[in-house]
Amino acid sequence: MSLSLRVNGKDHAVTSDPDTPLIYVLRDELKLKGTKLGCGLEQCGTCAVLVDGEVVLSCVSSAASFKGRAITTIEGIGDTDTGRRVQQAFIETSAAQCGYCTAGLVVAVTALLKKTPAPDRVATIAALTPHLCRCGAHPRVLRAVELAAK
Amino acid sequence: MSLNDHPLIADWIEARDGRLLVHTGKVDIGQRISTALLQIAHEELTVPYSQIDIAPVRTGHAPDEGITSGSNSIEQSGNAIRRAAATLRGHLIALAMARFGGAADDWLIEDGILHLPGTNHRLPVIGMMTDADPAAQVDPDAAPLTTDTEVLEKPVMRGLADLVTGRFTFVHDLDAPGMLHARIIRPPHARARLSEIAPTAIERAKANGLHLIRDGSFLAIAGPQEWPVVDGAPKLANACTWDLHGGLPEADIFANLTAENAIRLPVIDATPVQAPVPAALSNPDFTARYERPYQMHGSLAPSAAMARWDGRTLAIHSHSQGIYALRASIADSLGLDAAQVDITHVPGSGCYGHNGADDAAYDAALIAMAIPNAPILLKWTRDEEHRWEPYAPAMAVDLAAILDKDQINTFSAEAFSDTHRGRARPGPYRAGPARLLANRFRDDPIGPNPATPNMTRHAGLHRNLDPIYAFAEKRLVKNLVAGGPHRTSAMRCLGAAANIFAIESFLDELARNQGADAFALRRAHLNDPRALAILDELERQVKAMPPLTETGGRGMAYAQYKNQMTRVGICVEIDTNDRAEVRLTRALIVADAGRVVDSDGLTAQLEGGFIQGASWALCEQVTWDRDGILSCDWESYPVIRFDNIPEITVTILNRPTEKSVGAGEASPGPAIAAIANAIHDATGIRMRRMPFTADAILQQALMGGSTA
Repeated sequence: MSLSLRVNGKDHAVTSDPDTPLIYVLRDELKLKGTKLGCGLEQCGTCAVLVDGEVVLSCVSSAASFKGRAITTIEGIGDTDTGRRVQQAFIETSAAQCGYCTAGLVVAVTALLKKTPAPDRVATIAALTPHLCRCGAHPRVLRAVELAAK
Repeated sequence: MSLNDHPLIADWIEARDGRLLVHTGKVDIGQRISTALLQIAHEELTVPYSQIDIAPVRTGHAPDEGITSGSNSIEQSGNAIRRAAATLRGHLIALAMARFGGAADDWLIEDGILHLPGTNHRLPVIGMMTDADPAAQVDPDAAPLTTDTEVLEKPVMRGLADLVTGRFTFVHDLDAPGMLHARIIRPPHARARLSEIAPTAIERAKANGLHLIRDGSFLAIAGPQEWPVVDGAPKLANACTWDLHGGLPEADIFANLTAENAIRLPVIDATPVQAPVPAALSNPDFTARYERPYQMHGSLAPSAAMARWDGRTLAIHSHSQGIYALRASIADSLGLDAAQVDITHVPGSGCYGHNGADDAAYDAALIAMAIPNAPILLKWTRDEEHRWEPYAPAMAVDLAAILDKDQINTFSAEAFSDTHRGRARPGPYRAGPARLLANRFRDDPIGPNPATPNMTRHAGLHRNLDPIYAFAEKRLVKNLVAGGPHRTSAMRCLGAAANIFAIESFLDELARNQGADAFALRRAHLNDPRALAILDELERQVKAMPPLTETGGRGMAYAQYKNQMTRVGICVEIDTNDRAEVRLTRALIVADAGRVVDSDGLTAQLEGGFIQGASWALCEQVTWDRDGILSCDWESYPVIRFDNIPEITVTILNRPTEKSVGAGEASPGPAIAAIANAIHDATGIRMRRMPFTADAILQQALMGGSTA
């Protein structure tokens, strides 16, 4: 009962139980540990990945539900110009303190800018509000979005 | 303590493999201390950043610098490394002079090279270090190379490039051959004890390849794959029967924070003393009580640890803030020698104080001892971190003043709370083991012990109780109300959050009662020129702001952390609506942290502190009932999100010739008060109890809350 998942452009035959939430397959079986678990309840955004270009929280939905879809994790975000620009903008604005929220935010901002290259404040806030940051790096993340959008 | 205990240059700085290796006992907890330390080493020795490493913080290797807390790291580790590097530079120049002549002042140091101008003598700092005396002591007065740090190259934040690409390793990401994942099965609440596990559930778990670890009411499972363990834990929990011992007490915590329930100590010059408590003010002109509920650190990553026991050594990877104190506490708990416990710091998420890190390390150790030779990676769940981390205790602060010509002549402050000191560290009555959560649940339980008052200056619940203002008469009382319903410990700012909220709200109320200006009232009681400079700059910026809208409001506050560290003035602008929702629109932060080391890191700490303070002020409170803690996730314990982050302007008044002081805890206190004052400005409603949720503001309005 092997399940095939397409992650960062490569097909993986995974052996985890298909009911396993996606994040555990990514981290535990595929050893893609950049995606972080924060709550397991879809409340904090640390586990965001892209699925067919949309931001999806990976901590609840079963791996089987992503069959045939293109999953991009933080490890694959730098494969596109937009993703690389977002990563660079986070570095230039020091948009992290402890950095546990960072991977999810980089994923979310990349998705935002791919759809809306010059988002207004309302669109940015709407895209980021599902993501918690407890250190208070928010102002820098907002600056990173502005920088990457330019 | 840092230099006294570790007096050698080599304790702090070494050359290794052609690179500069900097040692510290302080750890990164989201505050970027290692980046600041890297910069200090660079400033003194000019070695390029690409050639400097920060050594892993590991017991037996790193200098023991106690706990990474209290905003002390820059003053302790930062100062030690600066003086060690400056001393070393002097020794290297002396060596260069002995070899090639010239006077000390002739030798230049640049890009990690000593150079005698007009000659071809160029000596690399790292290469020369092997010739330096390995037993040389640090000169604690060694002069820094320059005070003009603004012109120097700043480092990129350590780890940032790895964070944005997902390569950074948190303790949660560790892996090892043969590793088992583990989860704990917790009781419904702190008083419950395990009486029985349904045998069928035990058999099922074992049939699924899971290990069961039980010691009294400490129960865990472990297995080679993570999800089956995560999935199995609640199933096993459902098969457990618990003796509830009457449940959690439901009494109104604020009604219990009274003198009758307290150990009372007068506080003189910010220090508690064993002496009779002076009588309360008779006929004060103004009194008010301010309150803060239990609040949690709420780390974004639930706590985690890796442990392995090989029959002789217990190796632990932990995001603890104090690896030596933790080592002693774990060794004592397990009857091991300290040398048998080897703890390496690996980052977790931001902790903001004593979260579940130490407890998770010990949990992992217990599981590892039960399954020798298997590396155990234990992670707490979100529910566990929310319900079992040690909280910041609920606090109440009673203030009173007697006025003389509209100025405060006599000031009284009494603070009440349970302990802020719950870290596992050696102390009387086996304080280390008694404060590790799992020990309370083992077959042979240890702890909890009743809290005792912390008598240190500006510590615990009396931190910043002593006002920074020059009042003619002061009456200050610490009231430790021990034995509350929840385990409590150190959270960012300790008592300063509630005390500054109280004092700065009180001044605002007085000013408004008198129709006085908030800046003027504070200036009248301040004579520190650096404080006055902050108020001047803040007021200048406030005056330049556009006018408020009809539903808007502004509030300000000032504080100096521990009355001796970073000075911060804050003005907050808010907007409100008819549902009493508070929207933060602008925040002006003006700060003086002495000599600035890492200005971007300092700004980040001030911004982050403001935002955490705002979250405490507007959102956060732990709730519970008889059956357990109700604040178990981000919906039942909401925190501030991107949709309420104001535009924040940070202005740092750099003092290049003054001592660098820590800033990690300087801004939350004034942030809370400034928000309360802004709410009053906008609505006429005075909020004296956190959090200022829409419901709380509406309720206060119904009670005729316009008290000032």
